[in-house]
Amino acid sequence: MLRRIILGAVAIGLVACATFASFYIAPEERTMGAIQRIFYFHASTAWAGSTTFLVCFVANLLYIWKRKPQYDWLGVTCAEVGAACITVVLITGPIWAKPVWGIWWTWDARLTSTFVLWILYICYLLLRTLVDEPERRALLSALFGVFAFIDVPIVFGAIRWWRTQHPAPVIMGSPGSGLDPVMKKVFFFNVLAMHVLALFLVVERYFLERTKHDVELLQREVEAR
Amino acid sequence: MKNLNSIFAAYMIGWGVFFLFFLSVVKRSNDLRSEVERLKRSLLKEE
Repeated sequence: MLRRIILGAVAIGLVACATFASFYIAPEERTMGAIQRIFYFHASTAWAGSTTFLVCFVANLLYIWKRKPQYDWLGVTCAEVGAACITVVLITGPIWAKPVWGIWWTWDARLTSTFVLWILYICYLLLRTLVDEPERRALLSALFGVFAFIDVPIVFGAIRWWRTQHPAPVIMGSPGSGLDPVMKKVFFFNVLAMHVLALFLVVERYFLERTKHDVELLQREVEAR
Repeated sequence: MKNLNSIFAAYMIGWGVFFLFFLSVVKRSNDLRSEVERLKRSLLKEE
């Protein structure tokens, strides 16, 4: 319990420092001005969301292979935390887009694939509520989770393969693209902070799933008597 | 700073989503913990 409290305190501290750095250390972008500061929060949250979906994918594969309930708990945990991250991305994106593009939303490749990603993981979570039998629920959601992950590389590649409304990547982009060195440091500090926050949420959510398993076992024991 | 309202809204709504998610995890955990206690009590009673 103490470790979880320390992790929570570290996550909050890092996120507070990262937000401070985004506003007071990162220089102002020339063309967009102050609104570009949303980038540090928006993009780092998207990276944290993608990492949790990657862990979910690995956990789903491990469940299909080994059939251990712990992998199922990790899968659903990461799917939920990832869906929360992508919800934030889908909200902060349009708030940034409106003053810069003049529109809240457009069905371009990156935005559409991100929206589809969000829908897929919401379906993953909904699917779990429809199946009562634990082993069947775990297997079905693991199979669906493997399928849902296909969209993650599409989201990553969308701004590299197709040139539409969303800006080209500034990290791991084409030659000539890139960020100011100070902006880059602030961005990677935000990425670290969001990953620690995601880790904290994953740990908390994992314990919830474990308790749910205990309840199911106890319920079966009560019903058996 | 131009567009300060938009920046403020983005950060506040974003943190709000994370905070609500955390609250929902805490609430669900507390509910399950009391359910565990209730089930343990009912098992002890039957013994």
